[in-house]
Amino acid sequence: MTDSKEILLEVQQLQKSFGDRIVLNGIDLQVGKGEVIVILGPSGCGKSTFLRCLNGLESVQGGVIQYRGQNLAEGNVDWPEVRQHIGMVFQNYDLFPHMTVIDNILLGPLQVQKRDKNEALQQAEQLLDRVGLLDRKDAYPRQLSGGQKQRIAIVRALCMNPDIILFDEVTASLDPEMVREVLDVILGLANQGMTMIIVTHEMGFAKSVGDRIVFIDQGKICEIATAQQFFTAPATERAQHFLDIFQY
Amino acid sequence: MLMNLDWEFIVESLPLYGDAMWLTVKLAFWGILFSLIIGLLFSVILYYKVSVVSGVIVAYIELSRNTPLLVQLFFLYYGLPKIGLHMSEMTCAIVGLTFLGGSYMTEAFRSGIEAVSKSQIESGLSIGLSKVQLARHVILPQALAISIPSLGANAIFLLKETSIVGAIALMDLMNVAKDLIGMHYKTAESLTLLVLAYLVLILPLSLVLTWVERKVRYAEFGD
Amino acid sequence: MQNLGIEVLFEGSNMERLLGGLLVTIEISFISIVIGTILGVFMGLLRTLDSKLLKFILRLYLEVFRIIPILVWLYVVYFGFTPLLDINISGEVTSILVFSLWGAAEIGDIVRGALESMPKHQIESSKALGLSNGQIYRYILIPQALRRMLPGSINLATRMIKTTSLVVLIGVIEVVKIGQQIIELGVIKAPTASFWVYGFIFILYFLVCYPLSRLSKRYERKWQN
Repeated sequence: MTDSKEILLEVQQLQKSFGDRIVLNGIDLQVGKGEVIVILGPSGCGKSTFLRCLNGLESVQGGVIQYRGQNLAEGNVDWPEVRQHIGMVFQNYDLFPHMTVIDNILLGPLQVQKRDKNEALQQAEQLLDRVGLLDRKDAYPRQLSGGQKQRIAIVRALCMNPDIILFDEVTASLDPEMVREVLDVILGLANQGMTMIIVTHEMGFAKSVGDRIVFIDQGKICEIATAQQFFTAPATERAQHFLDIFQY
Repeated sequence: MLMNLDWEFIVESLPLYGDAMWLTVKLAFWGILFSLIIGLLFSVILYYKVSVVSGVIVAYIELSRNTPLLVQLFFLYYGLPKIGLHMSEMTCAIVGLTFLGGSYMTEAFRSGIEAVSKSQIESGLSIGLSKVQLARHVILPQALAISIPSLGANAIFLLKETSIVGAIALMDLMNVAKDLIGMHYKTAESLTLLVLAYLVLILPLSLVLTWVERKVRYAEFGD
Repeated sequence: MQNLGIEVLFEGSNMERLLGGLLVTIEISFISIVIGTILGVFMGLLRTLDSKLLKFILRLYLEVFRIIPILVWLYVVYFGFTPLLDINISGEVTSILVFSLWGAAEIGDIVRGALESMPKHQIESSKALGLSNGQIYRYILIPQALRRMLPGSINLATRMIKTTSLVVLIGVIEVVKIGQQIIELGVIKAPTASFWVYGFIFILYFLVCYPLSRLSKRYERKWQN
């Protein structure tokens, strides 16, 4: 566990509903610096919604999201500022189709963070090199494969130098043979101590990358355990049932 | 029939048609330009749902799209002076074309903006773009590319609609042809020149638009 | 009460005459739409046939109306037919002729679009179910094609009603012409008449066209999915 480490993000009693339907019903979670949290749960359990709440893409109806001394669950958050520190990568990559790879990556650093062009470019190229795509920096998104697009999307988030990155089912739209190249990049980040919250359906990956597994069902956290514990001896019946389904 | 045309008369009339074509081009240019400006402005206001203003714009769009230009022009030219608002024929025609075209351009821009996917917008938000930055770097460039075919179609539509301004006493192609028929009884010549004049004005534009449409449909960014 | 000038609309039979004028406009549109639809369905079917020449000719026919303004065609027929073809033709007949031919071109395009957009696998899966060709048309193709055609056709009707306002320029006595007559007669008694009369005609057109465009939008949304 990470008790000794600095707490980066703390969620208390988070409530989220769409109209009458309650999606998140009292989520509590502490995220330590450098920790990798993997969120698992059946479809529609609210795990993606939870990530979206942390990035201000959904409004919340109650609870606290404590980050850098402010409560993100309140109404008056300066989200453009917060989002520079909490990056997010989406299922459908969503690179901007009208911009080249390098322009996609530099949009945030130059327009939002107003950084020096040379410095940002240097970092972007370094990151591209790390994911093996430096030679594609002037390509347009449509000229790339799904796996390449998703790696670029990760670089785009990284280049903002965020404290935390949220990954929302980033391999769900990929062809099977491309899943690996994306997961390898995320695994590399984990080894470098990047703080990450990952929603995924890749069980093997969850096991190898996660410091802690958070199992959500019906809008509530059923179980939080180390990856080792969770996959070998889950404490709840629901988690066991969930794992059985995946062990096909 | 070609042999029977009075070629001397045709050559003599050419300058008249030339002047009238120039008038049409001027009218269409200003009408299209102002319509585009209004369309861009209004579509952005509608997108951000600025409460009262949006309501007024929606009402304007419905009024403009559901009434004929001829009646709009008559109201502007003959009606408004009675309550103290005088405009020259030229101003009136440009205002009328803009009143009509503004709503069509607004709709074209708006459907372009709506076609930009929600996930694109979220992706822009997630790197910390402000509302204005999001509009400038993510939404508008994509929306414009999507809107181009309908903007072009609207431009051609407005160019054709200029044929109505003769009704408020502007010496346009229609009136030139009508006058020549009335004064010289050269019906075949006058009407042939009339059709040709519009063909010369609109056919090139229409061909360019077809080409652009095909290009937009089959290719995306990065070609 | 101060004399606003709006009274001009209600004097004598003015209101009745204006509404009667509107009816002329609507009549011309209606007749043209009916003729245009009959011709247009036929043309649309022809355009789905596998003849390049036929396709080209009918496409050209459509472009003739898309490129040259309708008012030009009204002038060509109205001023041109009498001296050139020795046929005496009234403004009304000219209007119905031009609008019907234009409508046929546009309806033809709508029909063609609807038929061509029909997914092939639907025909294949209907065949797999053992439906006959007649049954495929009756139960699968025609109902769907009609749905696809409806919004565009209503839209065309709205455009046509708006465009019939032009027939005043070739001497048809319709709502705008009657408006002009009322204004001329009342010029001394009601100096602001043109403001009220043209304003009223503006609203009349809106009242006719707005429900139609709402209807077309509703069908468009309903059948989009």
